[in-house]
Amino acid sequence: MEKKNFTVSVYTENNIGLLSRIAAIFLKRHINIESITASKSEVNGVMRFIIVVNVTEEKVIKIVGQIEKQIEVIKAFYHTDEELIYQETALYKIRSADFVEDLNIQDFIKETNARIVTVTPKFFVIEKTGKRQETENLYEKLKPYGLMQFVRSGTIAVSKNEMQISEILEKFNTNTVS
Amino acid sequence: MEVKTANFEKKTIHSTTTVSGAEAVIKCLLEEGIDTIYGYPGGAIMPVYDELYKYQDKLHHVLTRHEQGATHAAQGYARVTGKVGVAIATSGPGATNLITGIADAQIDSTPLICITGQVGSHLLGSDAFQEIDIVGISTPITKWNYQITKASEIPEVFAKAFYIARSGRPGPVLIDITKDAQFASMDFSYKKCSGIRSYTPFPEVNLLAVQRAAEAMNQAKKPLIVFGQGVILGEAEALFKQVVEKSGIPAAWTILGLSALETKHPLNVGMVGMHGNYGPNMLTNECDVLIAIGMRFDDRVTGNLEQYAKQATVIHFEIDPAEINKNVKADIPVLGNVKETLQLLLEFLKPNEHTAWHQEFKDYYAKEYDKVIKHELNASEGELKMAEVIDEINTCFKGDAIIVSDVGQHQMVACRYAKFNSSRSNVTSGGLGTMGFALPAALGAKMGCPDREVVAIIGDGGYQMTIQELGTIFQTKSAVKIVLLNNGFLGMVRQWQQMFFERRYASTELVNPDFITIAKGYHIKTNQVTERSQLKDAVRDMFEANEPYFLEVKVEKEENVFPMIPTGAAVSEIRLE
Ligand SMILES: Cc1ncc(C[n+]2csc(CCOP(=O)(O)OP(=O)(O)O)c2C)c(N)n1
Repeated sequence: MEKKNFTVSVYTENNIGLLSRIAAIFLKRHINIESITASKSEVNGVMRFIIVVNVTEEKVIKIVGQIEKQIEVIKAFYHTDEELIYQETALYKIRSADFVEDLNIQDFIKETNARIVTVTPKFFVIEKTGKRQETENLYEKLKPYGLMQFVRSGTIAVSKNEMQISEILEKFNTNTVS
Repeated sequence: MEVKTANFEKKTIHSTTTVSGAEAVIKCLLEEGIDTIYGYPGGAIMPVYDELYKYQDKLHHVLTRHEQGATHAAQGYARVTGKVGVAIATSGPGATNLITGIADAQIDSTPLICITGQVGSHLLGSDAFQEIDIVGISTPITKWNYQITKASEIPEVFAKAFYIARSGRPGPVLIDITKDAQFASMDFSYKKCSGIRSYTPFPEVNLLAVQRAAEAMNQAKKPLIVFGQGVILGEAEALFKQVVEKSGIPAAWTILGLSALETKHPLNVGMVGMHGNYGPNMLTNECDVLIAIGMRFDDRVTGNLEQYAKQATVIHFEIDPAEINKNVKADIPVLGNVKETLQLLLEFLKPNEHTAWHQEFKDYYAKEYDKVIKHELNASEGELKMAEVIDEINTCFKGDAIIVSDVGQHQMVACRYAKFNSSRSNVTSGGLGTMGFALPAALGAKMGCPDREVVAIIGDGGYQMTIQELGTIFQTKSAVKIVLLNNGFLGMVRQWQQMFFERRYASTELVNPDFITIAKGYHIKTNQVTERSQLKDAVRDMFEANEPYFLEVKVEKEENVFPMIPTGAAVSEIRLE
């Protein structure tokens, strides 16, 4: 089976130890995490982790099984890129002198729909949100001008299909309230 | 952070009393029906020990001689009773000494609660004296763990911990409690946990899957059942037996499934795996339908996965969804508690006898008997064989004893030859293979089942890993029967060195102490067998004793355990010599 990018979404109770529990599952199987983010989700009090890995589908199924087994994990899913709307955000810090003197840079920014976030006499901060390839392209273009700093967020994604977390929680409540 | 349980809001209806966190810990244990705990005191857990002093007539604390012993004793207790075992230790080294037992309980699905003291919460993260991040360390080897820093959390967390440890696929839970939380006072009320919204102990049963399984079983010409501890953990032994008897399907066991079906049952065809029986291993690769029940296709069972039961339709009855397709692809996965799924299955099964197919197992057994078993049981000269000792134990104890084995050659021989009449009678460290397990586990087993005979079968290597628990056995006067099969070697490793490392016996020959003197030092009754002629009387004498008993048997130094599937080989490449 060929390796490809899978995005694992994990809905969890908000719990301190859970990140290390989840990370340990990848560590034990020598799987490199390409990116990871954690944030609140659409459900009150429920966290959502989004983890991108490059593995075979067989492997990602097993990982999701192990993740779901953790007590505080409500549900875990995996998706391929086609099943998701996903984005990353990158920040590029460049010297103001370069920016002002080189019209190319200004063109790049316009062409790529990047946004200037901050302007100071010393530096500019540019933000670009999009697919990996897009943030990467801008990186390549700006690099020759001496990027002062570069940082890229983990992937955040929503699925095209419904996740049904509220239903799962609802079902639990009806099953246990006697 | 708060702990969420289903009944979080409904708790207030219970009456409360004001107690210290430490006393609350004891009260939680009593609420959960615990009467015995195993442990070792130290600074960070002293408030709880102080309460134990007050509650000593209600809660029996057994002082083991090492925290590892406490975990194994709690495991032994849990394995024979089906109840949750409890171990308690102080912070730092006390906590880290629990790790081996916790890992063992995790991989063998044993319900265990481990309580550790922790430095005061104001000291957390400061590398204080005996501060260890035990929650971090134990994360990959616990079903759940939690650090309590406020006394008020105690009842909720304990209720949740017990629920998690014993429900679904059982496992170990660790609760770390800071010292200030033990001292602080709180309003105590207790409500057992009945559900956690993010945790499904039993996956939903799919009737269609059960029907498909039954169909495949009914149509099979050469079906083989392989059962594991799931049958025992699901308390489904009686049902399982009905399934076997109605379907007429030969049933083989994994090391942890042993004793779920009595040894002498005509459909019990022996052990699968590395040192299992010839027939079930060979025929795994000939059966047309392989029915796995409550087992997880460990590599010691399957050998080379690429050549494991490839011809068979695989049916997998399993409680843990993560086990489905983990190692062996299941054509028909049947999720759920086997107690439920086997009940449903039974209805759909057609009676059958599979006489010709059974004959194949018998033929293989005859070959194994001829090449291996006969020589191990009936030797009349030369050094004593381990199997002879087990056989003599069978004769005396008649299959009614709980057999607790350690890890190594003697373990394989014990499991191969010991006879069992009832479930929960085989206690051994399967998944982790923890040397040193047996002596403390036997103590726990005896305390869990005081009316049953408990025989520990231990090698001279593993014995010395937890030998100090003789002190606990002596102090508690637990009538454990300890059989030391002394071959002067780390036998199992020596066997591998002989077979795969051209007899380079690196560090496997043991220079042993006088074991009899050591046991005598603990005022334990002793006996030693050096000649075949002494064996019968010695085992009889041990059987009749109503006190702890230590029997050392000098066995053949360089005996090898066969049959054997060499690592990496297929189950059908099992060797008889
Ligand atoms: C804690 C631990 N350390 C090492 C091993 C590796 N090991 C497996 S069997 C064995 C030899 C056991 O020797 P002994 O207890 O004398 O039993 P025998 O095999 O001779 O019956 C060893 C060292 C282990 N299983 N557990």
